[in-house]
Amino acid sequence: MPFIPHTPDDVREMLATIGVNSIDALFDEIPERIRAEGLKHTPAGLSEMAVTRMMRERAARDEGLTCFLGAGAYEHHVPAAVWELATRGEFYTAYTPYQAEASQGTLQVIYEYQSMMAHLTGMDVSNASVYDGGSGLSEAVLMAVRTHRKSKSKRVLVLGALNPRWKRATEAIVTNQDVGLVEVPFDAANGVTALADLQAFAGEDFAGLVIAQPNFFGQLEDVDAITDFAHAQGWLVIAAVNPTSLAILKAPGQWGATGADIVVGDGQPLGIPLSSGGPYFGFLCCKMDIVRNMPGRIIGRTVDLEGKPGFVLTLQAREQHIRRAKATSNICTNQGLAMTAATIYMSLMGPHGLEEVATLSHLNTRKTLEALCSIPGVTRVFDGAFFHEAVIRVPGDARRVLAQLADRGILGGYALERDFPALPGCVLVCATETRTDADIQKYRTALAAVLA
Amino acid sequence: MSEIPGNLRYAKTHEWIRLEGDGTATVGITDHAQDAMGDLVYVQLPEVGEQKTAGDETGVVESVKAASDIYAPVDGEIIEVNSALEDTPELVNEDPYERGWLFKLRVNDEAQVEDLLTADQYQAQLDNA
Repeated sequence: MPFIPHTPDDVREMLATIGVNSIDALFDEIPERIRAEGLKHTPAGLSEMAVTRMMRERAARDEGLTCFLGAGAYEHHVPAAVWELATRGEFYTAYTPYQAEASQGTLQVIYEYQSMMAHLTGMDVSNASVYDGGSGLSEAVLMAVRTHRKSKSKRVLVLGALNPRWKRATEAIVTNQDVGLVEVPFDAANGVTALADLQAFAGEDFAGLVIAQPNFFGQLEDVDAITDFAHAQGWLVIAAVNPTSLAILKAPGQWGATGADIVVGDGQPLGIPLSSGGPYFGFLCCKMDIVRNMPGRIIGRTVDLEGKPGFVLTLQAREQHIRRAKATSNICTNQGLAMTAATIYMSLMGPHGLEEVATLSHLNTRKTLEALCSIPGVTRVFDGAFFHEAVIRVPGDARRVLAQLADRGILGGYALERDFPALPGCVLVCATETRTDADIQKYRTALAAVLA
Repeated sequence: MSEIPGNLRYAKTHEWIRLEGDGTATVGITDHAQDAMGDLVYVQLPEVGEQKTAGDETGVVESVKAASDIYAPVDGEIIEVNSALEDTPELVNEDPYERGWLFKLRVNDEAQVEDLLTADQYQAQLDNA
């Protein structure tokens, strides 16, 4: 059933009034070849009863697994208050309200969110959030190309150990705008990009450089030297970060001499439960001098005519409703509900609580690596510092080992070979603050049994 | 009634242009245009050194209710932009023909300016709109 309230009589009357024969005729200017031909790959609908049963059965498959899987989405403890509050009627919306100023409470939440994110990333401004980490990165890449008007290449460099799904999402979004991504390889010994490999691109025309920190392998890049080198080349620096890690790592605003220019990431670790890939949310922050190229909206605090404090939509640059075909982005609202949950999560945790989460996650990953690498044949793949993920190599086919671990109740990690063919037998392992010593021992016992 | 100085030439798209007598010209938007836009909050200016052909998009003015492209009225090279507008776009509203100018061009062919509307012709365009 289409969600259109008009009766056939209404439609006839409206068409007659404007002198058009059919609804299809209203779309004449859209070329035939780019029109969607129905939803032919979508199966027929199911009843509510059938859907509920199917979802219960699928959810049950996730039950009982102890999670050591990260690779972009992380299991963290979410205090019960977070979703109890976020799903209250006053907050329960997916969007920035369209009659913005009539919704002071929602605007205040967004304002608090922006303030927290700007503080966490060391940037001047944050927008009201975007869809997820991948969409955030693609918007950052487009922003860099728009900002760097002297660069004619429309190319952006990317350090090699970037989340492959973010990279694919970004390629899908920017390619049709003639923007190209160029990859700098990572070093096989320590899983990070060596400055020397980046220096091979010196003197070339790029709008920006994307640095993931921690990178997809959990390893820490030499962000200070890389940022300074990129700036010396005139490239903007885009930091793609895990927000939890910022409680103990240097904020991107402090990288190198002048800091990163744009900071993006997936906000899921901040109070959003793992949920088959989403809905999560993305964050996008930047320095003040390029805020005009930032998509989305910014809420500001002001005073009314009587001097009373209030919140307003301060910036909604270049969105469809004022620029339409010339809009610089299709981001015109935000991921309101997930952002609200993240704001509540951050206020409950506070800087100290978030630091504890980050430190415990790092510590538990250390313990996990120690336990797993005590099994003969299991080794750490990369040297160097890491946050709360690291790569191990197991004998044999990593995916088969992971499947056998799942049979024993362990979600053991992420097999890297599919995205990184040079890393056969390699598994990306993560242990957050939710893992206990007993969990880690259970993983070790299961892996030893699988490999025996 | 909006102000339309007689010593300027006008594009149909509401830019004004003033020849400076040294091969350069100054460009802005008309009093009518700034009034129709309302309070400007942002002006995006071209880069110095860019070559423009008459009709090329050369910037954007954005107000609280609309965003409009600025077009080059004649062919030429951008030689200066009014950087004061970065922080004070309201100059365009307050003083569109003087302090609110947008950019200066080195004009390729001054005869092109003669082809633009005179003040009377621009007034007639507004009257017929």
